[in-house]
Amino acid sequence: MQYDRTEKGAGMENLSIADVSMRFDLPNGGHVQALQNISLEIESGELMSVLGPSGCGKTTLLNILAGFLAPTDGEVVLKGHRVTGPDAERGMVFQQGALFEWMSVRDNVSFGPRMAGRKKSDWAGTVDHLLEVVGLQDFKDKSVYELSGGMQQRVALARCLANDPDVILMDEPLGALDALTREKMQGLVLKLWKETGKTIILITHSVEEALLLGERLLVMAPRPGRIHREYRLPFADMGVGKDLREVKKHPEFAEKREEILSMIWDMEEEIMGRSEEEPA
Amino acid sequence: MIILIIYVAIFVVAFVAVRMGLRRLMERHDFTSLKTVTFGDESAVRPDRWASVISVLTIFLLWGAFTGSQWVPFHAPGPFVGDTSFTYTMEAPDGARDDAEVLVRVFRVGEEVEPPEVAPGDGFARNDALEVGAWRSKLLLMDKNDGITRKDGARIVAIDGQPAGPGDRIEVANGTVAITAKGSLNFSPDGGLQMEPIWLPPPEAVVARVGEIASQGYQNFTLWQHLYWSLFRVVVGFFFGALVGIPLGFAMGLSDWFRGWFDPIVEFMRPVPPLALIPLVIIWAGIGEVGKIILLFLAALWIMTIAARAGVSGVAISKVHAAYSLGASKWQLLRYVIMPNSLPEIFTGARVAMGVCWGTVVAAELVAAEKGAGMMIMVASRFQLTDIVLMGIILIGVIGYGIDILMRRAEKWLVPWKGRI
Repeated sequence: MQYDRTEKGAGMENLSIADVSMRFDLPNGGHVQALQNISLEIESGELMSVLGPSGCGKTTLLNILAGFLAPTDGEVVLKGHRVTGPDAERGMVFQQGALFEWMSVRDNVSFGPRMAGRKKSDWAGTVDHLLEVVGLQDFKDKSVYELSGGMQQRVALARCLANDPDVILMDEPLGALDALTREKMQGLVLKLWKETGKTIILITHSVEEALLLGERLLVMAPRPGRIHREYRLPFADMGVGKDLREVKKHPEFAEKREEILSMIWDMEEEIMGRSEEEPA
Repeated sequence: MIILIIYVAIFVVAFVAVRMGLRRLMERHDFTSLKTVTFGDESAVRPDRWASVISVLTIFLLWGAFTGSQWVPFHAPGPFVGDTSFTYTMEAPDGARDDAEVLVRVFRVGEEVEPPEVAPGDGFARNDALEVGAWRSKLLLMDKNDGITRKDGARIVAIDGQPAGPGDRIEVANGTVAITAKGSLNFSPDGGLQMEPIWLPPPEAVVARVGEIASQGYQNFTLWQHLYWSLFRVVVGFFFGALVGIPLGFAMGLSDWFRGWFDPIVEFMRPVPPLALIPLVIIWAGIGEVGKIILLFLAALWIMTIAARAGVSGVAISKVHAAYSLGASKWQLLRYVIMPNSLPEIFTGARVAMGVCWGTVVAAELVAAEKGAGMMIMVASRFQLTDIVLMGIILIGVIGYGIDILMRRAEKWLVPWKGRI
């Protein structure tokens, strides 16, 4: 991986998104402005959730952060070097289907260290510990296709953590789970965040999840994809080690949820109205 | 036609019998048996094992019954064998008529028989004797011994008392008499409903051939050597096809340039049936082992290439992204993600390729070979050795089926996650 030193004034520990735009051409001659002039500074150890109606570019933003896409303008700088491609320093947790079915749970979790060529004695302890943290110590020799959806996502979390990345990018990691499992997993994400102190950027479709988990919440707006509003929230800290349902009962939580829901509703309405007038 | 009717009758009778009788004895109570909607729900359709057993038995019973097999207790009416007779009436040019009897002895082909002896009888038309093989027919020059012959203007006017002339066919006891255009008689004994062994030998003859050819061989090679060589060609041809095809497919799935370069070649060669390449391969490489293996290599190559390419395109992009963000290099991605992930597609391709190769090797051996299952049945067919031909076809089928079962076993073992994601 090639690192470009930059002269940005960003702190060395920060993830900094500097004036990132993403615009690509369509086969019919038109073009899509997926992102327009996004600038963000994310502190080390911050948990930021990103919310927005479909088509607002949140997945594009995450792919740029992961290095899967190169922005047409601007740059992403992590710890002082520019992001030019995927790297072990930025771990990723996908919605589903990103585990390797041909490997056992343990081989999945130890994939990162093994690919880095590290000795088994180096990583065996960490991997066992992580499997214990996510509650899968009894399943380490099972195949991943034998596990339930919730367990598979725990494997994905452990696999990401085993690589000890600086930033964890989560693309709707709990989106495919049922409501009960999802709630348990939200508690686990909070716990892992507090224990490891990792920087986490989480994309979600669920307003409740974004409020519960995000110390910082970014609401994005579509066409062009841009930051619509930003919140600082107390709920993630309140929720650590607690029953998340208690947090949801908090009056401020209900108030914020309504506010954001109606904001996104309005944006969706607007898209519908606009696309009827002039299809993009 | 009769066989088809009997077959359908057995199908219906067995269906009714099994439904009425056995089903009551063995009531099942698993989840599927409790479904009330089964017509249209494919998952509720399970092969009835009784039907399978009866189906196979029916084929063997019909085969045995219509070939007079000793293994089957009942038979379709066989050909007439033994002595029979008919009479013909000659009319002399002057209008005088005389009857003569023809004694016919019908024998099984291959057995020695004495011609029947007959008293000449009286009148100008003398009695005749005729021996004819079952299922065959024979021309009778009945007037050779007669007082007035056809040269003298005599002609046949009736068979067994029924008026008849040239071109007519008359049913007589145990056979048919046809009068040829020139006025002589042609007798065909009744064939019954059984098949003649040169068309369809009984099952025991085929089994006996297996033993004979397994121990003594046919065309300089034993049965096992014939089958071994066919299998050997398939395995070697398939092996090289896979050895080249899989990396080529991966390259086409991973690189623009490889995709562009080989796409026209693969897309052109894929629809060319391997059988169409046989003449060219014979011209280039002769009829020896090299030619056969080149042919099978080409038969397997394109299938394996396309399977491997499909395997690469079947890798979920999230798996690729996950591997890269866990720090995997391109080579590691290929080795630990793309290769294992494309195994199901490659196995599907391998099963198809093996089937095609097996079919192609038999066809290639039919055209030209010194040894092999196809060559064995081809040569046997030239000598009307239908039992060897049948035996060869059955063994080719059994081996082809065996290969597919082995491939499926291997797939289950190597790709246990298939269909479970």
